[in-house]
Amino acid sequence: MKLTVDRLHVTLDHNPILRDVSLEAREGDIVGLVGPNGSGKSTLLRAVYRSLRPADGAVRVGEDNVWELSPRAAARRTAAVLQDAGGNTTGLTVTEIVALGRVPHHGLLGRDGAEDREAVSDAIDRCGVRPFADRDYASLSGGERQRVLLARALAQSPQLLVLDELTNHLDIRARFELLDLIRATGITTLAVLHDLDLAARLCDHLVVLHDGAVAAAGPVLEVLTPDLLADVFGVRAGTERHADGVIRITYAAQPLPNGGESPEHNHARLAETAER
Amino acid sequence: MIVGISIGAVNVPLDDVWGIVLHHVTGAGAAHSDPALDQIVWNFRTPRVVLAALVGAGLAVSGAVLQTVVSNPLADPIVLGFSYGATLGAVLVITLGGGAALAGLGVSAAAFLGAVAAGALVFALGQRRGRLAPTRLVLAGVAVGYVFLSATSYVQLQATPTELRTVMFWMLGSVSGAHWGQLPTVTVVVLATTTLLSLFGRRLNALLAGDESATALGVDVNRLRAVLLVLAALLTGTVIAVAGSIGFVGLMIPHLVRLTTGADHRRLLPLTALLGAVYLVLVDLLSRTLNRPNEIPLGILTALLGAPFFLWLLRRNKGLD
Repeated sequence: MKLTVDRLHVTLDHNPILRDVSLEAREGDIVGLVGPNGSGKSTLLRAVYRSLRPADGAVRVGEDNVWELSPRAAARRTAAVLQDAGGNTTGLTVTEIVALGRVPHHGLLGRDGAEDREAVSDAIDRCGVRPFADRDYASLSGGERQRVLLARALAQSPQLLVLDELTNHLDIRARFELLDLIRATGITTLAVLHDLDLAARLCDHLVVLHDGAVAAAGPVLEVLTPDLLADVFGVRAGTERHADGVIRITYAAQPLPNGGESPEHNHARLAETAER
Repeated sequence: MIVGISIGAVNVPLDDVWGIVLHHVTGAGAAHSDPALDQIVWNFRTPRVVLAALVGAGLAVSGAVLQTVVSNPLADPIVLGFSYGATLGAVLVITLGGGAALAGLGVSAAAFLGAVAAGALVFALGQRRGRLAPTRLVLAGVAVGYVFLSATSYVQLQATPTELRTVMFWMLGSVSGAHWGQLPTVTVVVLATTTLLSLFGRRLNALLAGDESATALGVDVNRLRAVLLVLAALLTGTVIAVAGSIGFVGLMIPHLVRLTTGADHRRLLPLTALLGAVYLVLVDLLSRTLNRPNEIPLGILTALLGAPFFLWLLRRNKGLD
């Protein structure tokens, strides 16, 4: 389903975190949310998965504003995989973790039915976690855990996936496998990614957040220009599509002396360094 | 349970116990020929064993829920201050006795009010801007507990030696005062809250994934925490009020069940209730047989017997590393 974020303003403890943020993900698109630390990426996600109420603006999945739905109704549309530090899942098996995806589909009296078991089993298969389905989640490696959490999200039968740094701490092979998995689901996805190369590889579109506002949005090659990379990320780099169709970013050896100022400034400095 | 009823200061043959209990429950068969035996079994032993089971179940379930609600494996009714609140209530009534202010208020009622007051305080202090944060709740519980403990110690200093003995015995817990009159209330509260808490099992599981993840799973985390805290305080207050402050059960029984059958609350809570009940019936049995005809307070035995077994299980389990 289509995701529309419309003129979103979010404040935390009276500090504005997001200012007038709008973005759109068409049905089936994977949209990457990138930006330096503290630019407001996770805050934007929280407003989307209904954890932090925006001061103004709307988040629509399909036609409905998620903030006008009940928490459970919203969670039947949007599934999130987060870096949650507060949890303590010791003692839950992989299957039990995946089954948590069915929580929003039941009230207090609901019992697990055939539909639930099917959704859980299907998610387990799709994410390839069947071999350790009965093991304690706490005993898994980082890559295995992320696949289990993705399976939990799929078991939710969502129309929108929200991913926060899904591939952190994973080795390169596990990253690629996970990205392929997400592509294969065909579900509209909004993903916060730290690694720009990975973002370029996975996403159809990118949205760049800088200081709580959208600095750029659009197809990867149009967004990740040398100017923007210098401006927002404070690095000298170029982006190009290689012969194999993969978009790669090439970074200069040294970062800019003082990242994130006006473009003219950076251009001047670039020219300066080039002369030397 | 039947064995628990049959053994005591006077041993009653199992057959007789069956006969008497069956007669009273179903009306089948003839009344027992020895009225004294009938009296012992039906009016003293049976309510005592039933109460022990209810108290054990209540404490264990309350502990299991609190551990998840504040995401802390050390949480139990004592850490969250409920028990100390109940103790202060009880000790006040014991020492002031017919004191004007508390006249008409029994030890049990006062203990219940104390536990609920402690629960309300922890609830009020544990939130900031309407959000109940786990760590804040635990710290508020510990602080409230210390305040109640200080007040209790002060009141104890004013007490006579006889009153002190009563206080001591109450603080260590006992079900020796069980009688049929108190059982209906306790039964209803324990069964109702345990059932209700079990219905929240799925959401309690979601809470294990962390607050943000639970929110993304459609759980109103803050409201869930509030509801669970209220239920747990009510449950704890009720069982402590009738049996005194019994430690260990609320902390260890849930962990025992988790270590053996996993953490899914839909299984964990009923099994915890069952094991808590069985455990306290056994402990009560030992408490009145080890040192016949004197009784050893339950609080002394619960930990003394349970801790070694728990430690053994802890060492054997690799999942906690």
